[in-house]
Amino acid sequence: MYDVRELYQELIIDHSKKPRNFYALTDSDRSAQGYNPLCGDKVTVYLKLEGDRVQEASFQGSGCAISTASASLMTETLKGKTRAEVEALFQRFHTLVTKDNPETPAVSELGKLAVFSGVRDYPVRVKCATLAWHTLRAALQGGGETVSTE
Amino acid sequence: MSAARDLSLRAVRAAPPLSFDVSRIREDFPVLKQKVHGKPLVYLDNAATSQKPQVVLDALHRFYAADCSNVHRGVHQLSERATKDYEESRSTLQCFINAADHREIVFVRGTSEAINLVAQSYGRSHVCAGNEILITAMEHHSNIVPWQILCEEKGARLRVAPINDAGELLLDEFEKLLNDRTRFVSVAHVSNALGTINPVRQIIEMAHRWKVPVLLDGAQAAPHLPVDVQELDCEFYAFSSHKLYGPTGIGVLYGKASLLEAMAPYQSGGEMISSVTFEKTLYKNPPYRFEAGTPNIAGTIGFAAAIDYVNQIGLKRIGAYEHELLAYATQVLSQIPGVRLIGTAKHKAGILSFIVEGVHAHDVGTILDLEGVAVRTGHHCAQPTMARFGVPATARVSLAFYNTREEVDVLVAGIRKVTEVFG
Repeated sequence: MYDVRELYQELIIDHSKKPRNFYALTDSDRSAQGYNPLCGDKVTVYLKLEGDRVQEASFQGSGCAISTASASLMTETLKGKTRAEVEALFQRFHTLVTKDNPETPAVSELGKLAVFSGVRDYPVRVKCATLAWHTLRAALQGGGETVSTE
Repeated sequence: MSAARDLSLRAVRAAPPLSFDVSRIREDFPVLKQKVHGKPLVYLDNAATSQKPQVVLDALHRFYAADCSNVHRGVHQLSERATKDYEESRSTLQCFINAADHREIVFVRGTSEAINLVAQSYGRSHVCAGNEILITAMEHHSNIVPWQILCEEKGARLRVAPINDAGELLLDEFEKLLNDRTRFVSVAHVSNALGTINPVRQIIEMAHRWKVPVLLDGAQAAPHLPVDVQELDCEFYAFSSHKLYGPTGIGVLYGKASLLEAMAPYQSGGEMISSVTFEKTLYKNPPYRFEAGTPNIAGTIGFAAAIDYVNQIGLKRIGAYEHELLAYATQVLSQIPGVRLIGTAKHKAGILSFIVEGVHAHDVGTILDLEGVAVRTGHHCAQPTMARFGVPATARVSLAFYNTREEVDVLVAGIRKVTEVFG
């Protein structure tokens, strides 16, 4: 039986209303933009790297609760991680929210990000949850084009 | 008489005179019986597409099961039956909007194609550099983009008549925008995003003073209020089957005979020609000139069955019921703290766009979906309208004559749940 709280958990509501790391990083090394035109979700992800590690991560943008909370929780999880660890986290998050994958990563591997497990039952909202992550990847790879998950 | 048409007419004649018995009407729509996320479906997305009564489903099935043949060619039995039903459907549509002649009914895929046809076939030969085309600030993209493309192609200018904060056309401003450079006016009869019913008689009168032809986008109007194209005196009228309880992929462009006769073909190929040689090809008269290729035969017959069904109930009765339901829905939605209605014109059809303060429309839509309630969220193919009201998106409720007050109550409970979840 579907329950609204399975998708809209307290942590998601909290992060959507009070997003963390919600500022433009003026001295960032990397940044990228994401935009889903059909639903209007917009995000810019900023990164400051020290060597191979993420020293600071922040974002700006506007959109639905899922996309905002996803960006907020993402920036919290990135600090101190190496690029390889960030990529692994991206893959695990993608697996978590995509219905096609039968293996759900353990909560211990994802920490707070596991709160998005409800998204897998709402395929239409997967793009909202993954927009910030795809934008993050684009920031690390340094492409320059605006990312979309639509 | 084909099996499909016969069945449809017998159903109409056999039905007893109705007072508005919505629970009886709901039994005609099989799709309404289902559950969504364990809750009864509350379908409030009729402006996106409407549900289909059993007689329409039967008409579609019977065409393919008993009368399936191509039309206008062939001397065999099935072809004759299919052709008869197809052309009778044209007469049904003619009567529905009180067109003077069945040849003024062109079958197209839908309202978008109808407008594209006029923009290309009429617009290209009547609009030149320096001319103007006038639309309004509340149009659907299908009544904006074809004109933008035409203006760019011809070096003409697109003018946009403004609307007020209630979503009503500023008629004075509209009139000021008419001048001797205006070559076409294209306006929504009813706004899909706001529900506003435009003062189309006055619009047409004003345009005609400047000898400017008018197209009315009737996609959201034809299902909900009686349309009489002779009385309106519009040059073109466009509407779709799938919003009128009929199948997708079929719609009507009404055009005054004198204009259609002077218009060049839109799409070309089979069916729209009278003779083809490599030296010269001659085209058919309207409406066939504009109907290239094998038509959506089943769709046309299904559309006519939907019209018969609606006529059986009566558009005036449907309009009155929906009007009452709209009044109720407007009243109860306005009472929810945090809900802002977008589109509060004095004269509206059964469309309510709204936002919940601090909550994105998609989150509203998802939570409502969990309660079994289907609404549409987004920009509704009316991005300029959204921008006019300073919102990225709205949630839109659109009513039909099979919706009930109880369903509106479920919607309200769902919206209250949204405000609860988002604190």
